[in-house]
Amino acid sequence: MSKGDSRLSILAPAESEALLLSLRVAFVAVVAAMPLAVAAALLLARTRFPGKVVVDGLIHLPLVLPPVAVGFLLLTIFGTRAGLGGWLFQTFGIRFVFSWTGAALAAAIITFPFQVRAIRIALEGADRGLDAAAETLGAGWFDRLANITLPLAFPGIVAGVITAFAACLGEFGAIITFVSNIPGETRTLPLAIYTALQTPGGEAEAAKLSLLSILLALMFMVLAEFAQRRMRR
Amino acid sequence: MSVEVELRHSFGAFALDVAFKIERPGVTALFGPSGAGKTSVINAIAGLFRPDEGRIVIDGRVVLDTKTGGFVPARERRAGYVFQDARLFPHMSVENNLRFGWRRAQNPMDEGDIAGVVELLGLTRLRARSTKSLSGGEKGRVALGRALLASPDILLLDEPLAALDAARRNEILPYLERLRDEMKLPMIYVSHAVDEVARLADGIVVLRDGCSIEQGSVFDLLTRLGGDIDPMGAVLDARVESHRTHDGLSVLTFDGGQLIVSRIARAVGRRVRVRVRAEDIMLAREEPRAISANNVLAARVMAIHQDDSPQAEVQLSCGPSRLVARITRASVARLALAPDVAVFAIIKSVIVDSSN
Repeated sequence: MSKGDSRLSILAPAESEALLLSLRVAFVAVVAAMPLAVAAALLLARTRFPGKVVVDGLIHLPLVLPPVAVGFLLLTIFGTRAGLGGWLFQTFGIRFVFSWTGAALAAAIITFPFQVRAIRIALEGADRGLDAAAETLGAGWFDRLANITLPLAFPGIVAGVITAFAACLGEFGAIITFVSNIPGETRTLPLAIYTALQTPGGEAEAAKLSLLSILLALMFMVLAEFAQRRMRR
Repeated sequence: MSVEVELRHSFGAFALDVAFKIERPGVTALFGPSGAGKTSVINAIAGLFRPDEGRIVIDGRVVLDTKTGGFVPARERRAGYVFQDARLFPHMSVENNLRFGWRRAQNPMDEGDIAGVVELLGLTRLRARSTKSLSGGEKGRVALGRALLASPDILLLDEPLAALDAARRNEILPYLERLRDEMKLPMIYVSHAVDEVARLADGIVVLRDGCSIEQGSVFDLLTRLGGDIDPMGAVLDARVESHRTHDGLSVLTFDGGQLIVSRIARAVGRRVRVRVRAEDIMLAREEPRAISANNVLAARVMAIHQDDSPQAEVQLSCGPSRLVARITRASVARLALAPDVAVFAIIKSVIVDSSN
């Protein structure tokens, strides 16, 4: 994204940059986490195994954990001097810290429970009898997942994705702790609001960006509700 | 074309112990009250439920044998299943529902056979519709078609009519009769409704409290006294002998006699199933002379069943065929009925099941 991007004329370049970065981070975070969220939801909704309560708790942990703690945890795992982070950097040149991909990783982890929850509810509400019917008609496990289970859970997946997307746009603590506050790289909308508030006379800018955040969040929540309603039909 | 079923399973307080054999294609009714274990039995045949112990052989193929650990999963059993609630896939059109099993069949039937099934079940005009717009009866027929297009070795029907009102039931029954008469397929039909069983079944397996207690032909079991099946009535395998033009009646013959019925829409020579309910037979010791009933059959008392109720059931033989009459105990005494006494059965009404 070029720094002189001024397509969104009511916004200053730095502001539209923050907005577009936020959208990009949220998009990548949600899309990358979705298959895992579907797998986790399937695990929780369709299987029984010892220690399921623990797995359930771990998946939902980011909901209750301070985001700053999550960011710190990520730093200790994915920092270039940390074990996994160092290995990824040395072997593949992949670096999460101080990078927008790290922001996406942090946002994905924080909003993972939103996705899992919505998909799980859709799966639990689905008629298991249809699965049995498909089985008697010759459909194997993956066939039924791809052609019966997931299409029927689709509205739930959409609702989960939209809710998670909206939540990603608002993520602050984990991002600033893990990947810092770098303009154009990791300074998403909430971080830009925070920065404006730290600058003398920046209240007007903070208010403008806050309003933008509210509008975005509202829009996605309405979309999510719409998807939920379609599911109930 | 045979099916062997033998299974035992413990559900804690409830135990299943069922064994039966089907030698010919046709409809075998799994008959019993709710909670007798009927659905568990067909779920085991379909592979949706794995019993503790058992052996199931469909058409010579062992699909379950707990002694050797043999187990063919449901998706490979080729057991067509028509669920009570149809279970059509709501996100697919009728056409895609119909083709779901066909697409996954090892030897999929050709388009000509598909057209035959579609025609047999009257689905032609439904194919392009969405499943949401179907009536209950239409859903049932699509579910039947979907199961048949998967080329199953056996068809399992779990009370497909139970969720429907009388009008819808009568809409599907003729299709089930056609299926029985035209497809060379063993069918297991779970039901607790005697009239459905009498109309459709060739054989009956009676289940009570998880155990198979009786197996026999529909002709025998529905006239057996003191059994689990009530209300009783005779089922006769008849043939259209002639259509009389002078009085508009049709003559049917069966093993043991002749029946005169209102004109039926079936060609001479065709077989029809005839039912005579126990309530619709009066008995006389002497041949009645001036009587409005068209059908009076000479018969012989085989057995009499009486208990504390004022009613009694009298089993009759009419040639090799069996009839059963429900009369009062007072009448049994007045007529001095006893086994081997010759009587005349005055038949008040005959039900002819006409599949088209």
